[in-house]
Amino acid sequence: MSDALLSVQNLRIEFPTRRGTLVAVDDVSFSISPGEVLGVVGESGAGKSLTGNAIIGLLEPPGRVAGGAITLEGRRIDNLSYDRMRRIRGREIGAIFQDPLTSLNPLYTVGRQLVETILTHTDMTPTQARDRSIELLQEVGIPAAERRIDSYPHQFSGGMRQRVVIALALCANPRLIIADEPTTALDVSIQAQILALLRRLCRDHGTAVMLITHDMGVIAETANRVAVMYAGRLVEIGAVRSVIKQPKHPYTVGLMGAIPAIGSDVDRLSQIEGSMPRLTAIPPGCAFNPRCPHAFERCRSERPDLIASDESGVACWLFDEDASDVPMEVAGHA
Amino acid sequence: MPDAAAPAPSANGEVPLVEVVDLAKHFDVSKPFLNRLLEAEQRQVLRAVDGVSFTIPRGKTFSLVGESGCGKSTVARCVVGLYRPTQGAVLFDGTDIAGLRTRAQIRPFRKRLQMIFQDPYASLNPRWRVSNIISEPIRAHGLASSQQEVQSRIDDLLTHVRLTPADGEKYPHEFSGGQRQRISIARALASNPEFLVCDEPTSALDVSVQAQILNLMKDLQRELGLTYLFISHNLAVVYHVSDWVGVMYLGRLVEWGEKRRLFRYPRHPYTRMLLDTIPDLDMSGRDRQPVAGEVPNPINPPSGCAFHPRCPHANARCTEELPRALPVEGGGQVACHAVEEGRLAVEDRGTITPPPIEDALRAGA
Amino acid sequence: MATIDSSAGKSVSDTQAVPAAVSRSRFTDSLYRFLDSDVMYSFRRSPVTVIAFVVTVLFFVAAFAAPWLAPHNTFDVRTLDLMDARLPPAWVEGDNAYTTGRAEFLLGTDDQGRDVLSSIMFGMRVSLTVGFASVLVAMVVGVSLGLVSGYVGGRVDSLIMRVADIQLTFPAILIALLIDGLARTVLPPGVHDELALYVLILAIAASVWVNFARTVRGSTLVEKNKEYVQAARVIGIHPVMIMLRHVLPNVTGPVLVIATITLAIAILTEATLSFLGVGVPPTQPSLGTLIRVGNNYLFSGEWWMAIFPGVALVILVLAVNLLGDWLRDALNPKLR
Repeated sequence: MSDALLSVQNLRIEFPTRRGTLVAVDDVSFSISPGEVLGVVGESGAGKSLTGNAIIGLLEPPGRVAGGAITLEGRRIDNLSYDRMRRIRGREIGAIFQDPLTSLNPLYTVGRQLVETILTHTDMTPTQARDRSIELLQEVGIPAAERRIDSYPHQFSGGMRQRVVIALALCANPRLIIADEPTTALDVSIQAQILALLRRLCRDHGTAVMLITHDMGVIAETANRVAVMYAGRLVEIGAVRSVIKQPKHPYTVGLMGAIPAIGSDVDRLSQIEGSMPRLTAIPPGCAFNPRCPHAFERCRSERPDLIASDESGVACWLFDEDASDVPMEVAGHA
Repeated sequence: MPDAAAPAPSANGEVPLVEVVDLAKHFDVSKPFLNRLLEAEQRQVLRAVDGVSFTIPRGKTFSLVGESGCGKSTVARCVVGLYRPTQGAVLFDGTDIAGLRTRAQIRPFRKRLQMIFQDPYASLNPRWRVSNIISEPIRAHGLASSQQEVQSRIDDLLTHVRLTPADGEKYPHEFSGGQRQRISIARALASNPEFLVCDEPTSALDVSVQAQILNLMKDLQRELGLTYLFISHNLAVVYHVSDWVGVMYLGRLVEWGEKRRLFRYPRHPYTRMLLDTIPDLDMSGRDRQPVAGEVPNPINPPSGCAFHPRCPHANARCTEELPRALPVEGGGQVACHAVEEGRLAVEDRGTITPPPIEDALRAGA
Repeated sequence: MATIDSSAGKSVSDTQAVPAAVSRSRFTDSLYRFLDSDVMYSFRRSPVTVIAFVVTVLFFVAAFAAPWLAPHNTFDVRTLDLMDARLPPAWVEGDNAYTTGRAEFLLGTDDQGRDVLSSIMFGMRVSLTVGFASVLVAMVVGVSLGLVSGYVGGRVDSLIMRVADIQLTFPAILIALLIDGLARTVLPPGVHDELALYVLILAIAASVWVNFARTVRGSTLVEKNKEYVQAARVIGIHPVMIMLRHVLPNVTGPVLVIATITLAIAILTEATLSFLGVGVPPTQPSLGTLIRVGNNYLFSGEWWMAIFPGVALVILVLAVNLLGDWLRDALNPKLR
C-alpha cells in the first residue's frame, strides 16, 4: 500500500468516562488511493464520524487516539501538534460537514472567507485570491459568482451553502477531502446535485474523498470502494459494486436487505433483530454475534480480524478458510 | 372545486375513512406590529398548505411525499387537529372534525385517531416512566375501570410492539431510538384508534431499525385493521408502506394516485423529477436526468403553477394560471397544464416497477 | 374494530442493551438513580460546592434550631443584664471588666446586654424565613404566570410580559419601599406592626417574581413545541393538565436555579430594607436590623455589633450563590 494517499492503521479511539474507558473505534485499518472515493457507511454510533474527525485532527475531548497510525503521503499525522495539524487541515485535507451553516462564519461574506482561506494556505496576492474565489464558486456551480461572492451565508439557500462549503474545502487544492454526511441535511433533489458535483471534482482534480454517510444510496451513487463499520469496528471493505450486489458479512447482508426498494413488492423487509450495542456493553467476540443469524461458538468468544486482500476484506469467521488448519489463530494479515 | 373532480378511490361505494377537502393552512409570519409600522412592511402570509384534497380508504395507507417546506407535515397536523385549518374540511367517518369547536364535540374522535411523531427523543416525556406514558390515553379516555386493568393493558401494548412488560418501569432515556419509537407506537395504540397519522416515523432511525419499525407498522395494520396517513420524504419507504401516494410541492398536491401506477406512470413533471433522484442501488448504471434548481421560498412562491421555474415543460400558461386537478384513471388526480393539454405524454417506467395494473385499465386511459 | 391481545406479540431480545432492575422497589430505584446521577457526580467533584453546601446547611440548622442551640435567649428580658452591655468578643483583652470579653458571650454583647452570637442566630431565622417565604410566593406567582404566558401565547402572553417589563423598570428596593410605604399609610400602626412581616414578604416577592415568569415562559415556549406535548394534545389532555403534568416537570431545572439565586437576592433585599428601617418590626430583629443597630456603635469602637451580623450575612449569601452557580452549570448539559 505504498501508493496510498491516506493510510489508517489499527486506529483506536477511546473516550475516558467516569464509568470506565469506552472504545469508540477499535482496530480500524484502511487506505485511500489518489482520486478514489472511499465510502464509509454505518449506523449512528458505529464510529464513522469519529474516524473522520481523527484524520483531520478534530476529535472532541475527552476522545483521543489511543493507538494506531494515520499516514498522509507517507507522513504520520496523528501525532502532530494542534498548530501543525491546523496547517495540514485546509491545505492538504479539506473538510465538508453535514450542516453548512456550522462551517461558515455568519458575520463574513463568503468571498472574505474564501479569500482568507486562500491567503492562509497559498502565496497568492489578495487580488489573485479574489479571482480564484470567483473561479471556485463558478466551479461548484454558483450562478452569477461575481455578484454572489459578496453575499453573506444566510443569503444562500441550503444547497448553495453546501456548494460554498465545498468551494471552501477546495481553496488550497487539497489531495484529500473528508466529507461527513455532506448531503444528509439537504433535500433529495439537491442531494443528487451535490453528489454529482463531488464526483466531477474528484475526476477533474484527482482529489481523493472519504465520504462518510449512513445512506447506502449515496455510497452507490458516488463511491468507488466502501467500508462498512459496526460498533466501532470495520466489518467489511471492498469495491462498491461487489459489496452492494454480493455483501459477505451478515451485517452488510442484513443492512442491504433492510433497505426498501422501489419496485420490489415484498410485504416485510428483512430486518436485523435488536439494535447496535451501546459502547458500554460491546459483546465479547464478534460485536455482531448477538444479532447474527449465523453466529456459532467461535463468534461469541473470539474476535474476527479483517480477512483482507488489497481489494476487499470481511471480518467474519464464516469466511475463515484456514479455520480447520489454525482453529485458534487469527487468519489474514497481522 | 376539487371535490367535484375527486373520485372515491374505492369503486364499491364504501365511504372512505378520511376525506380531506380543499384543505388550506396559512401562517401569519409577519413581523410584530411595531416593526411593520416602522419599517413600512406588509403583512406576510405563509401558505403552508393551499387547497389539498384526497381520500384515504379504510385499512389502507396513504402517503404524502415531498421535499422540505412542501407542507406535508402541516397537512398531517391539520388532519390530527393540532392545527386549525384556515379553510377546508377534514371528514373523518363522515364528520368534519376540523369544523368542531368545543372539546366535548372533539372528544369522541380523539381516541379514534392518533399520531406517531418523527423524533423518538422528543416525543416521550423524559420525566415519565414508560408505563405512565402508555397509560395516559387509557386514563384520559377512561378506557379501563381498575388499576389492574390498566396494568394488564400496558403489558399487552408493550408486548404488542415487541417490548417486554418489565420495560414499563423504565424511563425513556434507557431505550434506543428504535425502542422509543415502539413506545410511541404503543401509546398511539392505547386508545384503540382506527386511524394513525405517522409524521416521518422512521426518518430519524437507522436503516436496520427503520426496517423493524416499518415491519411492525405493517403487522399492526394487518392485525388491527388500521388506516395510515404516512408522511415521508423517502420515496423508497413510501413505495414500501403505501397503497396510495400523494406528491406535494409548495403547499399543493401536484399528483396523487395508486402507488404502483404513480411510480410506473408518473404524470406530473415534479413526480418524474423526484423519481429521478432516487439513488440506484441496483448499480444498473441507469442514466438519470440531471435535476436543476431548488425549492423556492414558500413565503413568496412563483405565480401560476409553482413548479414552473424548474419545469422543462413550462410555457406561458404555466406561469400565469394555476393548474386544475384532473382525475386520472384508477383513482387519483394530477394538476399540470402540460398533462391537460396533452403536451406531456404518459411515461412508462417499466424498468423500475413491475407491471402493476391490468391491461384493461390501461386501455381505458 | 380489533383490539390488542398479548398472544399476538412475540418478544424480541431488543431490550438487552440495558440491564433490567425490576426487582428494586420504585423508591430505592429512584434513590439509586439520584445518587448515581450526573448532578450528584458533579457535586462530589466540586469541593467549593461541597463547602458551600455544608456552610449553608450549618447556617440553616443554626438559624432554625436557634431556640435550642443559642447560648442565650435574647427575647427573654429576665436574662438580660445591662451590666453585660457592650462587652467585646471573648478573645479581646481590655483594661477593665467592661472592656474585656467573657467566655459566655463569644462574639460580645450589644447595648442591651444581649449576646451577639445568639442575636445572629435568631436574626438569621427571621432573614431566612422572609427570604424563603418571599421566594416561595414569587415562585408560585412567577411560574404560574410564566407557564400560562408561554403555553397560551397571544394576547395573554403580551399582557403578562408587558406587566413584567414595567415591573423590571423599577429597582427591587423601590418596589419594596413603595409597597411598605403604602401599607404604612393604609393600615393603622398596630396592625401594621403585626402584618409587617407579611408586607415585607409580599414586597420582596413582588420585586422578584419576574425572574421566574420570564425563565419559565422561555422554557415553556421550547417545551410546548416538543413532540411529547403535541402527543398529549392529540390524546386530548386538557391544556391545564398538559401545563401541570407535562411542561412543568420539564422546566423545574431552571426554576430551581433561579430560586436559589433569588433566595440570596431576597435575603439581601430584606437586610437592606431592615437596615433602612422599613423592614421587619423591631420586635423581630433580622440580620439587617442587627447591622443597623450595630452601625450606631461602629464609630465608638464597638465594631462587633455590626461586623459579625454583616459577616454572617455575606457568608450566607455567598454560599447560597455558589450553590446556585453550581446548580446552573450542573443542569446545563452544554457546560458539562
